[in-house]
Formats: sequence, C-alpha cells, structure tokens
Amino acid sequence: MSADALAAAHPQDPSVSVLEVRDLTVATGGHTLLEDVTFSLGPGERVGLIGESGSGKSLTALAVMGLLPEGLTAGGTVQLRGVETDLLRIGERERSGLRGRRLGMVFQEPMTALNPLMRVGHQVAEVLRIHGTVDDREDATRRAQQLLADVELPDPVRIARRYPHQLSGGQRQRVMLAMALANGPDVLICDEPTTALDVTVQAQMLQLIAAGVADRTSGLLFISHDLPVVATVCERLLVLYGGRIVEAGPTHQLLTRPRHPYTEGLLAASDLEAVDDQGRLPTIPGAVPPDGRFPSGCVFRNRCPRGDEACTVWPGWTGREDHGVACWYPSGAPHG
Amino acid sequence: MSGPQPLSGPSGQVPVPGEDAPPGITRSRRSLPASLLVGATLVASIVVVALLSFVWTPHDPLLVQGAQRLQGPSGEFWFGTDRFGRDVFSRLMYGARTTLLVGVVAVGIAGLIGTPLGVLMGSSPRVLGEVVMRFNDLLLAFPALLLAVMFGAVYGSSTLTAMVAIGIATIPVFARVARSGTLQVLSSDYVLAARSAGRTKLAIAVRHVLPNISGLVIVQASVSFAIAVLAEAALSFLGFGTQPPTPSWGRMLQEAQELVAVRPAQAVAPGLAIALAVLGFNLLGDGLRDRLDPRLDDRRGTE
Repeated sequence: MSADALAAAHPQDPSVSVLEVRDLTVATGGHTLLEDVTFSLGPGERVGLIGESGSGKSLTALAVMGLLPEGLTAGGTVQLRGVETDLLRIGERERSGLRGRRLGMVFQEPMTALNPLMRVGHQVAEVLRIHGTVDDREDATRRAQQLLADVELPDPVRIARRYPHQLSGGQRQRVMLAMALANGPDVLICDEPTTALDVTVQAQMLQLIAAGVADRTSGLLFISHDLPVVATVCERLLVLYGGRIVEAGPTHQLLTRPRHPYTEGLLAASDLEAVDDQGRLPTIPGAVPPDGRFPSGCVFRNRCPRGDEACTVWPGWTGREDHGVACWYPSGAPHG
Repeated sequence: MSGPQPLSGPSGQVPVPGEDAPPGITRSRRSLPASLLVGATLVASIVVVALLSFVWTPHDPLLVQGAQRLQGPSGEFWFGTDRFGRDVFSRLMYGARTTLLVGVVAVGIAGLIGTPLGVLMGSSPRVLGEVVMRFNDLLLAFPALLLAVMFGAVYGSSTLTAMVAIGIATIPVFARVARSGTLQVLSSDYVLAARSAGRTKLAIAVRHVLPNISGLVIVQASVSFAIAVLAEAALSFLGFGTQPPTPSWGRMLQEAQELVAVRPAQAVAPGLAIALAVLGFNLLGDGLRDRLDPRLDDRRGTE
C-alpha cells in the first residue's frame, strides 16, 4: 500500500506536513466566501479551526475534500503528502481514490450521515472494500466489527447488523468515526463532530477521536465553534472569521493571550463567569454578515472595538504561519 | 410472492412474546404488512386464473352460440352470456392474460427506461438535467392515447402495439419521479459521507440512490399499472388495442356498456375484475414499499 511506503519514507517526521493548504480561496459568482486560507498539518498533529457560523469553517473542509457543491470554485493549492498533483486540480477519479483512504471525514449530523437502508456494519465494510484494503467479504466484515469495537461500541457484532435508525446519535457518530478511520487516513477532518451530541457523550467522542488519530498518527483538522471542546482536543488553533484566518497559535497561548479583537470577543463570550453589571454575558456586537457581505479591508472592522480608517485596508499577516495575527492593532503589541 | 399465508391479524399490533427486548434488536423474521398480504393474494389469484385459462375454461370463450344470447347467471353460465352467447366467466378468465400482459409490459418498459434515465439526469450537471427534463415535460404533456393511435396506424392495431405505446408514453412519468427522488437523495448527508469515503458517482447511484428511491418507483409502478389497464381498455374500445374476438376486460366493459340497462351484470363482472386488479397492484406496491423500508418496519414492530 502506497500510504505505508510513504510513512516508511518519512518515519513520522513532524517537519514533513501531511497536508499543506496555501492561499485557499473559494468563490461563487461574484462573492468570495473564503480567501487566502493557509495552514499545514503535521503527522499526528491536532489543529482546531474555530469561528462562528458562516465564517467558512465547513467550506474549508469541503474544499480540502474536493466536495464543494456545484457552483463553487476553489483556488490556491492543497497538497497531500506523497501526491504530486494539487488536490484542487486532480481528476475526480483520482480524488475518489484518496477520499476515504488518505482523507477521512466525520460530519456534524450523525442522524443523516448514514444510509438509512443499509446495516451499519455493511457501511463500514464498504469503505474498506472500495479501496481494496481487505481480501474478501468475510475479511471486510471482520475488520468492520473490529473497527466498531475500536470506537468502543458495545457488542459490535450485534451493532453491525443494525440499521442507523436503531442506534442513538452518539452510537451513529462512532460508526461515522469508524468509517472515517477505517483505512488509516493521513488526514482526518472532523466537522463539528460533537455539536449534535449530549454533553456527556461529547467527552467520550472527543477521547475516541484523539485516540483514533494518535493510533494512526493522522493529522487532525477539528472544526468547531465550541472553544472548550477545541481546547481539550487541539494543540494548535486557527481562528477563522469572514472567510479569512485572523489569528493562529498554540492553544494555550491563543486562549490566554489572544491578540486579535475577534479572538478576544470569542473568549469573552465563552467565559460564563464574566458578566457585566446587569448580569448579562458579554457578546460580540453585531452578527456575521450574510455570505460575501463582509466589509472590504479587515473583515471584522464593522464589529471591532478598535476599528478605524486604517482597517479599510486588509492588515496582512504578521508573525509565523502557525503563530501570528492579521490585525492593525493587535493586543500585546505597541500601537502605531 | 408469499403464497396463501394465514393473515396474522393487524400485523404486529399485538405484542408478540419475546418482544420485550430493548427496541432495535434485530429480529430474525419481521412481520409482513397486511397490505402486502392482501395485495399479493389478489395479484396471485389473477395470475393463477390467467394461467388456468390456458388449460381450462368452463366454456370456449370464443364460441358464439346464438341460442344462448344474454342469459343471466346460472349453474351453467356462472356470470351469464354476452350478446353473442359467449360465456362471460370464460372470457373473464381469458381476459386476465391480456390485462396482466399489458400492465406488466407497459410498466416494465416505462420503469426500466424511465428510472435509470431519471437517476442519470438527477446525477448529471444541473443545466443538462434541467434541459432534458423540460423536454421530458413536453413528452409528458403528449397524450398516451394519441401516441397509441399513431402507433396503431403505423404498425397495425394489436395488443402489442397498444402496450408498447402505453409503455413509451409512461417513460416520462418514471423519469420525473426518479429524478426528483435522486435530487433529494443526492443532497443528503449520507451521500456526502459516501463521497468522502471515496465512492464514485456510479456506485452512489447504484448503492445509495436506487435503494432509497425504490419506494417512490414501486408506488409509481402500481399507479401506472392501473392506468395502463384502463388505457388498454379505452384503446380496445376505440379499436386500436386488443382485436376481437380476443377478450380483454376493457373490451368486455365497453361492449357491455350499451346493455347496461338490461343486463347490468355484464358490465359489473369485468368492471369488478379491473377494480380488483388495480386494487391488488396498488396494495402490493404499498406493501412492498413498507417492507423494503426498515424504518417503517421497526415503527410497526416496536410501538
């Protein structure tokens, strides 16, 4: 298998990233929905992509997977380790061969992400059989049961014979995770994998995801709007707003010393202890504008407490790619 | 077909012993929907009658007996005789063949061509799909009977031309239903998940789309079957379908029309036969759809 050969050629070298996204831009007609998104993902690295609804988180995931809906076009480059061609320019046939084998994805809504007419064991087995990673039908069935056991589903043999509607949301999401991890992907993308789950189930699911990527030294791109969730899973964070990465950094630093006013706002809004003198939680004023209606220049300037004339021009990126900010007036730096 | 099984009451409503297991336990055998049993029984009896007519009928269905015209039901002629003195019951048996043949062939042509066409158009780029479907709408507006009359004029009137024409005219209906179902399935998360797992378009169409639209197609097939039977009756009346003296239920109904005041039984017999056939196929379609959907099955079983 080529993935094994590759892993052997680069024995978990953290300097060789498994996924390189450069200047990813997604547009529909006249609107730009995602602009100049740049990040990389090392083997076994867990990176969080945070931002509120409409900031372009899911779009980033779909663009990397090559699953953008009809009518959306992507620019920039997406490089997967060991694949010569840019993933955005690769043929659909080749891309199908990579999806599910080297790229895995878990979706937000476990209630609808499984085919209602197929037994779940069969759906897991199918992922193995598509890419020819098993010898025969029995082997696939056995491996599927093992995968279901790996995500700590009780009595996997019986669960495998159930239909999706007979499982709970948490169980279905585990099945989805088993499918995404089935072929030991280099990159696992989780798009709000715990948003639809109970809080108690969330923690177990997060552990399973972390364990799953650790076992396979897969790079994890974890998408969420939930800061505490992201903080428990990820080593490094990317903050997305208005289709642009506005700040990036190691989780601890970013959460303790945020530099972009948007990140500060997000943190203030998630701090349940901090209330103003009327007992209200702090919020970021305004709302995310509808697609493509972000202001020119800095996308956050119409909601930003520090915005002024300088912000009509996009501030550009300062700092390293994995630790930096895009702001004219970042906190913790001398102004002007 | 399930054969003559005893009806087990309103299926699954009564708690069966051993059903107290937690919901969702896979049972070895699931209860059959009542509609499936009734529909299958009706359809099976029509098939049996049609087959039986090849080897045995009470009288020769084509034998004209001037002395026996317009007799009422009796021990010898169960449903009476028509105005040529032919035995109505024998003709009904013989007519079942025509009815089944027309329904199965017409729906078969329409379903086998229309469904893949609809799935294909649903899976192709939006613009192409829309253009083809507008053309499809054009065909949909073209009356089946007119097409059948044209076919009759070109290829000669017969049961064959009638059913092929009805089948062709029904293709757009299936294409439409299949496409709308396909669009719905393709926009679902599990198709996105299947694509993220590396499934190709063709595989998704076969493994995910077809099973999930089968309910729609089956119901459409049972409705189209009923329409095909009625269309054949109308065509036969106009002289473009089954040619005399071969009996068909439609022809018998039309021939009895002018006698309905004096001999109502003549019209009732083929009318009832058509109604039962249509009902049977509709119930069979409904039942099959329910049977094929594990979600519906479970709701019945556990609630």
